[in-house]
Amino acid sequence: MSLHDRIPNNVDLCNDRRLQKALEQWQPRFLDWWLEMGPDGFQTKDVYLRTAVSVDRDGWATFEHVKMPDYRWGIFLTPEERKRPVGFGDNPDIESFEEVPGEFRNPLRRLIVTQGDTEPASVEQQRLLGRTCPSLYDLRNLFQVNVEEGRHLWAMVYLLHRHFGRDGRDEADELLARRSGDANKPRILETFNQPIRHWLSFFCFTMFTDRDGKYQLGALAESGFAPMRRTCQFMLTEEAHHLFVGETGITRVLRRSAQLAKLFDGDVVKGGGIPLEIVQRYINYWFSYSLDLFGSEISSNSADFFAMGLKGRFDEEKKYADHSAREGFMNVPVIEAGRVTQRQVPLRNALNEVLRDDYIKDCERAVKGWNRALEEEGSSFRVTLPNRRFHRHLGEYAQHSFTTDGELLADAGTADAYYASMLPSEADEAYVDSLMVGVTKPGAFANWIAPPKNGINSQALDFEYVKL
Amino acid sequence: MADDTTSASAGTLTQFQTDPTHYRHWTLRKDGAVATLALHVQEEEGLGDKYLLKQNSYDLGVDIELADAVQRLRFEHPEVKALVLSSEVARIFCAGANIYMLGKSTHAFKVNFCKYTNETRLGIEDLSANSGVRSIAALNGTAAGGGYELALACDQIVLVDDGNSAVSFPEVPLLAVLPGTGGLTRLVDKRRIRRDRADIFCTIAEGLKGKRAKEWGLVDEAPSKTGFAAAVAKRSADLVTTATRRAAAPVVLPRIDLQQDGLRLAGRYVEVVSDTTTRVADLLVRGPEAVEPCDRAGMLAKGAELWALRAMRELDLCLLHLRVDFPEINIVRVRTQGDVTKLLAVDAALLAHADDGFLHEVRLNMARTLRRYDLTAKSLFALVEPGSCFAGSLLELLLGADRAYGLIAKDGGRLAFSAMNDGALPMSHGITRLQARFCADMAAAASARAALPAAGADIEACERAGLMTMALDELDYEDEVRLAVEERASLSPDALTGMEASLRFPGPETCESKIFARLSAWQNWIFQRPNATGPKGALTNYGLPTRPAFDYRRT
Repeated sequence: MSLHDRIPNNVDLCNDRRLQKALEQWQPRFLDWWLEMGPDGFQTKDVYLRTAVSVDRDGWATFEHVKMPDYRWGIFLTPEERKRPVGFGDNPDIESFEEVPGEFRNPLRRLIVTQGDTEPASVEQQRLLGRTCPSLYDLRNLFQVNVEEGRHLWAMVYLLHRHFGRDGRDEADELLARRSGDANKPRILETFNQPIRHWLSFFCFTMFTDRDGKYQLGALAESGFAPMRRTCQFMLTEEAHHLFVGETGITRVLRRSAQLAKLFDGDVVKGGGIPLEIVQRYINYWFSYSLDLFGSEISSNSADFFAMGLKGRFDEEKKYADHSAREGFMNVPVIEAGRVTQRQVPLRNALNEVLRDDYIKDCERAVKGWNRALEEEGSSFRVTLPNRRFHRHLGEYAQHSFTTDGELLADAGTADAYYASMLPSEADEAYVDSLMVGVTKPGAFANWIAPPKNGINSQALDFEYVKL
Repeated sequence: MADDTTSASAGTLTQFQTDPTHYRHWTLRKDGAVATLALHVQEEEGLGDKYLLKQNSYDLGVDIELADAVQRLRFEHPEVKALVLSSEVARIFCAGANIYMLGKSTHAFKVNFCKYTNETRLGIEDLSANSGVRSIAALNGTAAGGGYELALACDQIVLVDDGNSAVSFPEVPLLAVLPGTGGLTRLVDKRRIRRDRADIFCTIAEGLKGKRAKEWGLVDEAPSKTGFAAAVAKRSADLVTTATRRAAAPVVLPRIDLQQDGLRLAGRYVEVVSDTTTRVADLLVRGPEAVEPCDRAGMLAKGAELWALRAMRELDLCLLHLRVDFPEINIVRVRTQGDVTKLLAVDAALLAHADDGFLHEVRLNMARTLRRYDLTAKSLFALVEPGSCFAGSLLELLLGADRAYGLIAKDGGRLAFSAMNDGALPMSHGITRLQARFCADMAAAASARAALPAAGADIEACERAGLMTMALDELDYEDEVRLAVEERASLSPDALTGMEASLRFPGPETCESKIFARLSAWQNWIFQRPNATGPKGALTNYGLPTRPAFDYRRT
C-alpha cells in the first residue's frame, strides 16, 4: 500500500512530493518509536478504537477493532469556508498566512516543536499502565488517548515537514529522539517528564495536563498561520475525549471512595479504596504542575506571539471585541521584598496569565461537578484546587513556597514540611500502586473505582473493548 | 546607577572591588588543580533596582565578581591549573547580558559596560595564553548571547546534548543589536567557524543544539546529560596534566581603599583629580620608593604591596572610575613622579625573576592595566616635568598617550627605556607602544630605542628621537600646554573617541584589537540607531507589548 493510502489525509499527500519524501523517512521511525515507547504488552491486541478517516461528520469518528500499530494515523486540517484575516495582533486585517512568513519562521517553529513534543511524551509517560487497568473500558480509553496523542504528533510533524524544510525534518526526528523522564534527552517541558505510575495519576493527567493542551491548542487554533490554525482545530475535536476520560475518571474514583467510606465506617483503606485526602494530594500535584505549562506570568514571548498574529487568546475571535490587546493592563501578583504585591503588566505581556485564568475557571467547573458527586454519595468531603502559586516550578512563584491558599511561606524548613503534607508521599504512591491490579473481565471494574454511566459509542459496559 | 544620565561625580562611586566573601552570583570551588566558577545569579541583586536578573543573565555587578575571581585565581590560587566555568542553575548556563538592564541604561553606560565585560573575557584568554591556566566552558544548559560569548572566551566548550540546550546569538534577530562581547570576532577568528555557517548561526534566535553545534564547531563536545560531568572532568584533568603554570606562593589581594575627597581619588601611588567644569582630570602615578625591594626574597615577601602590583591596581581602579563615574572628563593630563634609576631597577628585577609565578602575574597585570589605559575613551596628554618618572614600565603611559609635552629645565624630566618596553607589556594589537608610536615601522622604533642611553635622556634628546610631541622651555611650556588642553576639551567628545581609537592602534590586528576596534565600534553605532533604540527599535520594544518596526534603508 502506498504512503498516501496508508495515511488518511486531506492535505493532498498524493500530489505533494516533498511531503511524501519526508514522511517516507519519518513514518518507519515513528512506528519504531511506537513499538518501543508505545503501550507496553498490548501491541498485538485488537482495540475498539475511533479513527479519523476524513474531516466530515461521519468520517472523523469511525469505530472498529484494530491493532494499535495498524492504526491509521492521519493528517487533517479543518476546512475553512471563508477566507480569514489574521484577526488579531499588530496586523489583524491582512490575509492569513498560508505559507510561513520568513520573519516568523523561528517563533513558529518553536511553537510547533514545543506543542509537538508534548504529544509523544504523554504516550511514553503512560506506556506501562495497560497491565493494571481497572477495566477493559478504561484500557480502551487509555489506548484511544495514546493513539490520538500519536496522531497529534503526526499533525505537528506535518507542519514541520510541509513548511520548515530541512530544519523541520530535523526537528521532527528530534521529537522521536527525546524521551519522557530520560536523564539524557528529556522532553522539553518538565511536566512531561513526571512519571505516571498508576491510574489515579493518569486520570489527573488527562484531567489537568491534557486540559492545558486544550487551551494551548485553542489559542493556536486562532493563529494567523492558517495550516496551524486548521490543524489545531481538528486536534481539539479529539482532545475533548481525553478530557472526558480524566474528568469522569476522577469523578468515578471520588464516588467509589465516598461509597467505601460509607460502607466501612469512614475507613476507605479497609474497603480497598483510595482515601479522599490522597486524591486531593494528587489533584494538588497535577494541577500545580499543569499550571507551569502556561509559561511565565510576565512574558515577552506571549506578547510577541500575539503581536505577530501567531497565537491568540482562547476563543479570540468569538470572545473578544478588541483584537489588538495593545491597551490595557492586568494585575499580576508578584513577590517583592518577601511580600505578595500586585504588579500592573501590559495585557500582551500577561497573555499567559489570561490563558491560565481561562484554564483555572474550567478546572473549577469540573471541581464543582466532583463535589456534586461527593454530595450525592453522602460524603461531606470537598475537593479543592490549590492556589495558582502553590508548588510551582516556573514563573514568578517558582523560587518561593506558598500554601494551597496562596500565602507566602517565608521559612524554607516549614515550607518543605508543608509541601510534603500537601503532595503525594512515597507512602501514598505505594498504597495507590498496591490497589492497581489489572481487571480484564468484560464488564468488571476494579474495587477502587466506580463504573462509568455509559459505554463508548453506545456500546454496553460489558462490551469487549479490548480483545485480549 | 545605570539610569544616572550625568555621572556619579557628586559622590557615589561604582564599586569595582569585591572579594569571595561578598560574591552573590558566583561560587569558586577548588578540586585539586581544577577550579570551578559556577554562576547562580541572584535575580533581585542586580546593581540597579529596576530589573531582575532572570535566567542567569548578568549586569555589571555579576561581571565585577567574575573579573575579581579570575584575578584571584592568578594571585591567590597558584595551584590551580585548569578553570571550569559552569552554572548552578538547571538547564541554563547563562542568558547573557540582561536585556532590561541594557534597555534602561544610558548609551554611555552600555558602552562602558561592554568594554568592561570584554576586558573580563580577554582576561580569561590572557590567563590561558600567558599564565598557563586553560579553561573549559561547561554548558549544562543553554548559553545565549553573552552567555555563549563567555563560553567562547574559554579554550574549550562542552555543551550538554539533552535535546534542549543550545548555544545561540539571538542579538540580531531578537534585539537588532550585535553580540557585544567579542562573539562575532571569536566565531570566525578564534573558533574559525565557516563564514556562511556563522552567518546562519547569528540570525537564528534559538541557536543550535548539541549535535549540530558540534558539527559546526560551535562547541568541542556534546556529551549526553549523564556523560556530561565525566566529559568535563576528563577534559579538565587533561588540561591539568599539560598545564604550564609557573610555581608560586599564594598572595592574597587586599582591598584597595582609595581616599575620596570631593573630586579627588587618591591611593598610595596613584591619584586622580577631576575638574568637571573644565572637563580635565590630572592623573599622577608615583614610582617606587627607595626602600622598594629588588631581590627575589624581598619582592616575594612584599606580596600584594609590591609597588609594581599595588600601583597598577590603583591605576586600574582610577581608570575604571574615570570611565564610568566621570563621563564629563574629556582629557586627562598624565604625570609621573619618582626616581628613574629606582624604577629601572624594579623593572629589571621583575623580569629577572619571571620564573616565579607571582612575579610573572605582576607583570601580566601591569600589561592588562596598560591595555585598559589604551582603551580608555579620554584624551591622554603626558606631561614631562622636573621630578617625573617616565621610565620603563611607566614610560608606557607616555608612549600610549595621544600627545606628550615636556618642560625643558635644568634637572628637568628625562625618559628612559627598560626591557619592559621591549614586548613585556604589549598593546591589544600585539605590538609595543613604542612600535605603535612609529606606526609599526619596527626599524624606526628600534632606532628611537637605540638613541637613548640606558640611563635615559633629557626631553630635548627625546624630542629629536621622536619620543616627545613637543619639548618646550619655561617661557612657552605653561601656556602651550594650557592652550592645547583647553582646545582639546572643547572638541566633540564623540569625534575624539573615534579619532583616538583610530590613531592609537596603527599596525597589525589581533582577535583582541578587532573586538574593540570593529565590533565595539559597530555595536556602539547600532546602539544609537533608531532600529535598536528608537521608539520603534527592537531593544526598546523587547519585553513590551509592542513590536519593533524597522527603517529598512541600509546605511
